[in-house]
Amino acid sequence: MSESKSVDIKSTVRLCGVVLFVIACTTAMMIKISFLPFGWPLKVTFILGVAAVNAFLVASYLMHLLTEKKMVFIVGFFTVCFFISLMGLTLWAMQDFPVGTTH
Amino acid sequence: MEIPYTSSARPDTGLYNAKLGIWLFLASEVMLFGALFSAYVLLRVGAPEGFWPHGWLSVTLGTVNTLILALSAITTLLAWVACKVGDYRKFKIFHACTLLLALSFLCVKSYEYHDKWIHYEIHLKDGRIADGHLEEQDDQTVTIMGRIIPGDQEQLLYDLRSQKTIPRDEIKLDRSNILKMENYGPRHNTFTAIYFTMTGLHALHIIGGCLVIGFLWGPGSRMWKKDHERFTNRIEVSGLFWHFVDLVWIFLFPVLYLT
Repeated sequence: MSESKSVDIKSTVRLCGVVLFVIACTTAMMIKISFLPFGWPLKVTFILGVAAVNAFLVASYLMHLLTEKKMVFIVGFFTVCFFISLMGLTLWAMQDFPVGTTH
Repeated sequence: MEIPYTSSARPDTGLYNAKLGIWLFLASEVMLFGALFSAYVLLRVGAPEGFWPHGWLSVTLGTVNTLILALSAITTLLAWVACKVGDYRKFKIFHACTLLLALSFLCVKSYEYHDKWIHYEIHLKDGRIADGHLEEQDDQTVTIMGRIIPGDQEQLLYDLRSQKTIPRDEIKLDRSNILKMENYGPRHNTFTAIYFTMTGLHALHIIGGCLVIGFLWGPGSRMWKKDHERFTNRIEVSGLFWHFVDLVWIFLFPVLYLT
C-alpha cells in the first residue's frame, strides 16, 4: 500500500474486481485438480502452484508489494529465506533414517 | 503521557515507523505459520500410504470461506482508498463490510468445528466400527447418522471422499456393545490435531483482526478529524495484517481441504 501513489475508488474497484475474479477461478481450478486421478505428489505440486498464483495476486496487488520500498523487500527476502530453509530442513530430515531402520 | 508518533516516512527506511513495524511483525508471523506448515508436511509425508484422511472436511464450506476472506481483503483495501480520498461515508461502509465478512468467516468455521465435534467413530465389541454424526444419546443407547464398517476395513474411514455414494442410515447402538467412542476432535488423530491447531490459530488471528477493525470503525474513527494522516496509516497497517490473514488461508485451504 504505497502512500506515494495517488488513488481513486473507481479504478481500485475495477482492479479489485479482476483480482477477485481470478482468485475465484484459481480456487475452482484447485478444486478441479484435487479430483483428477493424479498421484499425490503431482497433485500437491499443481495445487500449491495455483495457490502460489493466488498468494502472488494478494501480495502484489492488494498489499501493493510491487510498488513497495526497498526495506520491505529486504524484510521479505529474509523471511522467504527462513521459510525455504525451514521446509528444506523438514524434507531433508525425512530422508535421514538411523542406520538399519526403514520408514 | 503522549507517545511520539511520526506519520511521515523516515529518510533511512523510506517507510513510516508503523509500516516497518507491521512488516517485521508479518515476517515473524510467517515464521510462526511456517513452523506449523512444516509440521504438517512432516506428518503428511510420514503417514503410511492410505492412512491420511481424504474428504473429512467440506470443500464447499472451505471454498465459501476462501471467497469470503478474498472479498473482505478487497473491502479492506477499498476502506483504505476511501481514507486516502477523504470519503468518510464510504470508509465506514467498506470497513463495516470487512467486519461482517470476517464474522461470516468465523460463523462458517464454527459450523465446521461443530460438525467435527458431533462426528463420532465408535468401536464396537464385536470388532465393527460405526462412523457418523451423533443424533441423540442417553444412558442406554447412542443414535448416529452414518454407517457401520467391518473392523478389518478401518482404512475405509480415511477416504470419506470415495464413500460419499454409500448411503448413510440412522444407527441405534446399545451402550453395552460399545468398546470405545471418540469424536473427531483434536485428539482423534494427527490430522485432526494439526487441522484444529492451524485453523484455530488462524481463527484467533481473524478474531484479533476483527477487534482492531471494529475499534477503528467505531471509537477509533474519532481520529479521522483529529489526525487524518495518522488514521489513514492505521487503516493501512491493519489492512496489511488482514491481507496476511487472507494469504495464510490461501495456503491452508488447499493443504487441509484438497490434498
